[in-house]
Amino acid sequence: MIPAEFDYRRPDTAAEVIALLAAQPDAKLLAGGMSLIPALKHRLLQPGVLVDIARLPGLDQVSERRGRVRIGASVTHGALERSRELAELPLFAETARLIGDVQVRNRGTLGGSLVHADPAADWPAVFLALDGEARCVGPKGKRTIPASDFFVGMLTSALAPDELLLEIELRPQRKRAGAAYCKLRQPASGFALVGVAAEVSLDRRGRCERAAVAITGVNPVPFRAAGVEARLVGGGLDAVTLGRALGEIEELDPMADLHASAEYRCDLARVYARRALLAAAERAVA
Amino acid sequence: MVLRPVSIGARIKRREDPRLIRGLGLYTDDLRLHGMLECAFVRSEYAAGRIVKIDSTRALQRRGVVAVYTYDDLRGEVARAPCAARMDETRDVEHPLLADGAVRYLGQPLALVVAQDRYLARDAALDVDVEIEPGPCVVDPLAALEPDTPRVYRSLPDNVNVRIPPEPEALAAVEKAFAEADGTLSLRIVNQRVAPVPLECRAVVADWQEGAQKLTVWISTQVPHQAKQQIAICLGLSELGVRVIAPEVGGGFGCKLPVYAEECLLSWVSRRLRLPVKWAETRTENLMNTTHGRGQLHDVEAAYRRNGELLALRGRIVAEVGAYASYLGGAIPTFTLLMYPGCYRVGACAFELVNVYTNTMATDAYRGAGRPEAAYAIEMVMDELARKLGIDPVELRRRNFIAPDAFPYQTAGGATYDTGEYEAALDKALDRFDYSGARAAQAEARSQGRLVGIGIATFTEICGLGPSSNANPLQRTGTWESAQVRVEPTGNVTIMTGASPHGQGQETAFAQLASDAFGVGIDDVRVVHGDTDVVPHGVGTFGSRGLVVGGTALHMALEKVKAKAAAIAAHLLDTTPDRLRFDGESFSVAGAATDDGAERRMTFREVASAAHLWNVPVPGQEPGLEAVARFEPEGTTFPFGAHLCQVEIDRETGQLEIQRYVAVDDCGNIVNPLLAEGQRLGGIVQGLGQALCEQVVYDETGQLTTATLMDYAVPKATMFPEIELDSTCTPTPLNPLGAKGIGELGTIGSARCLMSAVHDALAPLGVAPVEMPVTTERLWRVLREAGA
Repeated sequence: MIPAEFDYRRPDTAAEVIALLAAQPDAKLLAGGMSLIPALKHRLLQPGVLVDIARLPGLDQVSERRGRVRIGASVTHGALERSRELAELPLFAETARLIGDVQVRNRGTLGGSLVHADPAADWPAVFLALDGEARCVGPKGKRTIPASDFFVGMLTSALAPDELLLEIELRPQRKRAGAAYCKLRQPASGFALVGVAAEVSLDRRGRCERAAVAITGVNPVPFRAAGVEARLVGGGLDAVTLGRALGEIEELDPMADLHASAEYRCDLARVYARRALLAAAERAVA
Repeated sequence: MVLRPVSIGARIKRREDPRLIRGLGLYTDDLRLHGMLECAFVRSEYAAGRIVKIDSTRALQRRGVVAVYTYDDLRGEVARAPCAARMDETRDVEHPLLADGAVRYLGQPLALVVAQDRYLARDAALDVDVEIEPGPCVVDPLAALEPDTPRVYRSLPDNVNVRIPPEPEALAAVEKAFAEADGTLSLRIVNQRVAPVPLECRAVVADWQEGAQKLTVWISTQVPHQAKQQIAICLGLSELGVRVIAPEVGGGFGCKLPVYAEECLLSWVSRRLRLPVKWAETRTENLMNTTHGRGQLHDVEAAYRRNGELLALRGRIVAEVGAYASYLGGAIPTFTLLMYPGCYRVGACAFELVNVYTNTMATDAYRGAGRPEAAYAIEMVMDELARKLGIDPVELRRRNFIAPDAFPYQTAGGATYDTGEYEAALDKALDRFDYSGARAAQAEARSQGRLVGIGIATFTEICGLGPSSNANPLQRTGTWESAQVRVEPTGNVTIMTGASPHGQGQETAFAQLASDAFGVGIDDVRVVHGDTDVVPHGVGTFGSRGLVVGGTALHMALEKVKAKAAAIAAHLLDTTPDRLRFDGESFSVAGAATDDGAERRMTFREVASAAHLWNVPVPGQEPGLEAVARFEPEGTTFPFGAHLCQVEIDRETGQLEIQRYVAVDDCGNIVNPLLAEGQRLGGIVQGLGQALCEQVVYDETGQLTTATLMDYAVPKATMFPEIELDSTCTPTPLNPLGAKGIGELGTIGSARCLMSAVHDALAPLGVAPVEMPVTTERLWRVLREAGA
């Protein structure tokens, strides 16, 4: 648990970050370091240079304009837990509270969690369920990646090695919508054995107009349960209907480890999806 | 006359904490000595195999690398790693400081790299070219006892470290009881292997001074004096030339009681290089190669009468010692035998103990050390018997408790209990818990299909080791404890204790004793410990003995000093000691006044000053005011408690919620309730951790699945409700403080209390008792198999 040698740089602008990444192919971005530092200590990663972006100006803001919320990549979980700007989106505080412990939440960042794409991280589910967009910058300029394209593999996001995530942006909240995150924590790491972010919006008669169910901790890549979502539209959101819609989650491709077998993860996914949907529906009505 | 507020019994905050909380404590790894080199171990990546080669050529080429040592360098230079518990000399095996030809467990040290800093040392360790031909390994202790199983040592075909059969008389008594019994009950009871996980990992700094021919070793240890003795033996040095210092020690829980191979090896290297060297363990090394705890499997049979009276117990205990016998590892399970009857009148007890070698890390003491295993077993017997007979578990315990007037009580396990008021503690806990209300609420919840369980554990344990007749000769020391009290001319007090603490708070509690004895402020007392050159030979802190044995030694030294002070005061006040009164601050002559009407009195500080000025010599007395005392206990103490808890299990997911936890503990008299509560909370949570989530997992090839804290689940504060603490007080007559020991008590009862609640919650499903740890998946499987 002693890292190999590396250089350390702390540039002041995004342009300098991009230039450094371009010049040093074995560079690695350091934000909160909550996943990177342990990986360095175990020598799972041996980057030549660490580019510290934790204090890069402008990435630590949460703002809202005409209903569109933007969250800077280096906003910490702790800041999201306490954010006044996100008071209308309790999903963020609810999710943040379930991450790691106080120390981890005060250092770890939203951007770091998304880009690292740990299959059991919490934010990917929220990002997917809310159809967020990632704004990044690279040598060729800025680009936007929709959440649906963001997670491409185990520990792999769509961000190129020479790109920097600046912020995520969320579309305006729908009417009569509610969202919730339900999670079973792995007892040692606090990561999700299963985590489900659900958002539902109801029509005037209380039927499901749209449902989003995003699941983390189960598959090697977090995913949206599209089949379940489709089956939910047009129906009520009571336990019986949910049970029927969740009878099969077509996308399941479960991982297995010491803490949960594949079989258990699949069952948990169904249970937690139902719980998240019920909680979301309750908030949509309220 | 003003009486000082008495400090014993007061909730005084730990004096240690301001420095520790602010990061100003000095731990072993904080030491920076001039010219100091740092070390890294090359460790075996296989659990079993033959070393084909260890080539350090490439590592030595790296700049900043000073040396790489293997067993070949040690041959004839050092003895085996310290082991004080050689249970059966005919089956004794040696654990070399570095692997000699064969590797027998994952992480066994193969080579030591010494370099300018720890980063270079780690880089170079990865450059050491190791080739091991993997061999067959055995990880499961029961598998190890099967015929035709891989052998950990070629010389021991049955993989047995020791086999202790039951005493013939005990066996005869047990057989008689079984013949007369109304019924019997059989259980298999498992206490899984766990890792102690102290916040501070192990660390060693060794510094050989060639000119002085003196070795100083800083170690994160619970037993500096024993470490000094063992290192001297291992290196063939005079003990005069070895000094061990335990600076701040960040937790031990038993795993810093062994004297380790690494500590001896670093000492040897420093002497060889004539330079100071340091090694600080990484967390993965800590999980892999610091001794583990528990690891016992019991097959137990109980004989009982229809009315619930427990008559006798018999069976077999299989204990994992690991790949070698650690310092005291082999002896730990004998405490399980001793404490098996718990707080009940069990007429007869006969167990076979089998210690088994496997290709895993060695086990040794871990908070409770053999007693939690016993408490777990007897309490599980009680619960299962209650269920079988349809008797409430509380009532069943009442029917079997040793009565308060039966003490001292000789148990069938071979222990002599000092005092106990088991029913009083249980009543207090039941009252606080509102047991009958909780049972009614449980019945209601059950009728709704909810899985609510109520758990109970009533338990006792053995503390305050000695007497020294219990000590192992190879430990080279008895189990008494030492204290020195030195009063300075100012009246300030320095205390030296051999009970070197590692988080218990001796600096606070011991100062309280001195404060009350002499009427000086707590801040005028300094407690010194952990340095073998400064502190009189002592034994160490383990087995909840700090206050019981070390505190009593201090009490004796304080009394000696006080007697001398009284003699000086009497002389100066022109009276005799028997006419003197001490009001907590000064000596005065009963009923006497000087010619001008003032009371004839002297404060303790004035006496201290006089003792050193010595302008008024007392016939037959030396100048100065100090004393050394050693307390050799006549017997051991037996604190006890009654714990209750309530859990609910989520039928869908298996998730367990601990809803309430009430603990009534009795450790006799308490010097500082705040310290005692801290010990209890920590102990309870550590036991709950074993029940809930902790487990060391090796796969069948001997690889460690739980090698980081991302996979080894230590308990977190968020997993528990507020633990409700209450206590009763039954002092022991075995020491003048009346203290029984508190460090381990919480751990003894809590693992079983939680499991009792889990088994109770699952009882309506009619499933076999689930084993620890009750992970969510384990409960989910039980629920699914029961069709819940």
